[in-house]
Amino acid sequence: MLQTAFNANHLLFLLQGAMWTLVLSLIAFIGGGLAAFLVALARVSPSRTVRTATGLWVQLVQGSPLLVIMFLAYFGLPTLGIKVSALLAAGASLTVYVSAYLGEIWRAAIQAVPRPQWEAAECLALSKAQRMFKVVLPQAIRLATPPTVGFMVQIVKNTSLASVVGFVELARSGQIINNSIFEPFIVYLVIAAIYFAICYPLSVWSRRLEDRRAGPSRAAATSPSSHEPLLSQS
Amino acid sequence: MTELDFATVLERWPLFVDGAWVTIRLALVATLCGFVIGTLCAAGRRSRHAVLSRVCGGYVELIRNTPLLVQIFLVYFGLSSLGLKLPAFTVAVIALAVNAGAYATEIMRAGFDSVNRSQLEAAECLGLSRLQVYWHVVLFPAMERVYPALTSQFVLLMLASSICSQISVEELTAVANHVQSDTYRPFETFLVIGAGYIVLSLLMRLGFWGLGALLFPRRRRLGTAL
Repeated sequence: MLQTAFNANHLLFLLQGAMWTLVLSLIAFIGGGLAAFLVALARVSPSRTVRTATGLWVQLVQGSPLLVIMFLAYFGLPTLGIKVSALLAAGASLTVYVSAYLGEIWRAAIQAVPRPQWEAAECLALSKAQRMFKVVLPQAIRLATPPTVGFMVQIVKNTSLASVVGFVELARSGQIINNSIFEPFIVYLVIAAIYFAICYPLSVWSRRLEDRRAGPSRAAATSPSSHEPLLSQS
Repeated sequence: MTELDFATVLERWPLFVDGAWVTIRLALVATLCGFVIGTLCAAGRRSRHAVLSRVCGGYVELIRNTPLLVQIFLVYFGLSSLGLKLPAFTVAVIALAVNAGAYATEIMRAGFDSVNRSQLEAAECLGLSRLQVYWHVVLFPAMERVYPALTSQFVLLMLASSICSQISVEELTAVANHVQSDTYRPFETFLVIGAGYIVLSLLMRLGFWGLGALLFPRRRRLGTAL
């Protein structure tokens, strides 16, 4: 036995894992964000076929656990002859997951832009693309920002599932340490604390944005704390 | 490149059925406990006692800002280091219920917030007891309003229960892991249980819809909450 207690080296190793958690979150947010943007646009498309097809995609992804999607990518794709690394499998699964949930959040934001705005843009003879990009989206982005920041918390938390396909991020580096010193309680408490340190500022930020958007009247009318999106995955 | 072969996977269907049954039991028990915890904590957060309100708020923030996987490991190893040897299923239910409770708290609080003060005053004028006021004027109307959000959250909880496979609870995902290592057909296996989860979530939605129609007849008649 060389190491028996949790020490600074372990903490350093965990922080290194935390860095990979952040990298994976960023990949998921950027990749998933791009996909979600397409999903959101397709969900408000004038073509019924496009709407139904993306609606089906959203239902499929939202109806199955992220863990299963991850297993499918990591263990399933190689048997079909497609080689994937743990990072690629985790990044791709998270992208798929984010595209469905964030896509729905953004679709709701686009549809929440008042109807007269769309009609006014049409009366001004703006093209469909101009109407979307110059009139609707700028307003939708303002509506979508607080729930999007809130959803980033879900992304960070869900990167922990990449540990089960062997990607060494925060949760996985904790398991590795625990296997060598077997002090699960302390190790997992420290991991939880690091996750909390990443997620809590995002939660607070999201709430602030929400309060600012709601304006002083509503913020005063309801209780001072959170108006986060009600739907969020553990 | 191999061809897809579902037959070898599907012939183990009794295993999948067993796994799905464990998933359903996990989800149901955790939903019930989570709802009770959530309702109590939502009431606690709105309480006049600053300490109680703080404690409930802290619980919600702690749970909502850490991953379920880590929570499950903490409960699993934490309880055993306290000398409590519980079966994995019980540990999973505890972790899921504590997790769901935090999300249910936020949702129920939004429901409680939506109850108008004048409704309470009216109920008092009608001479209802405190318990009656709470039950008929606060709890049920609040639940009625947040029912859709609540049910979606519990469907997500059922999906998240797949994480319990990591502490060797023999639910659907754990079964799939056994099957795929037996048959060397991971792609087909995970597609099958993916479909299984979609069916389960549809069944759960259907169940909640039926329960809603039963619990809130007014909603059924009006087509919307009050």
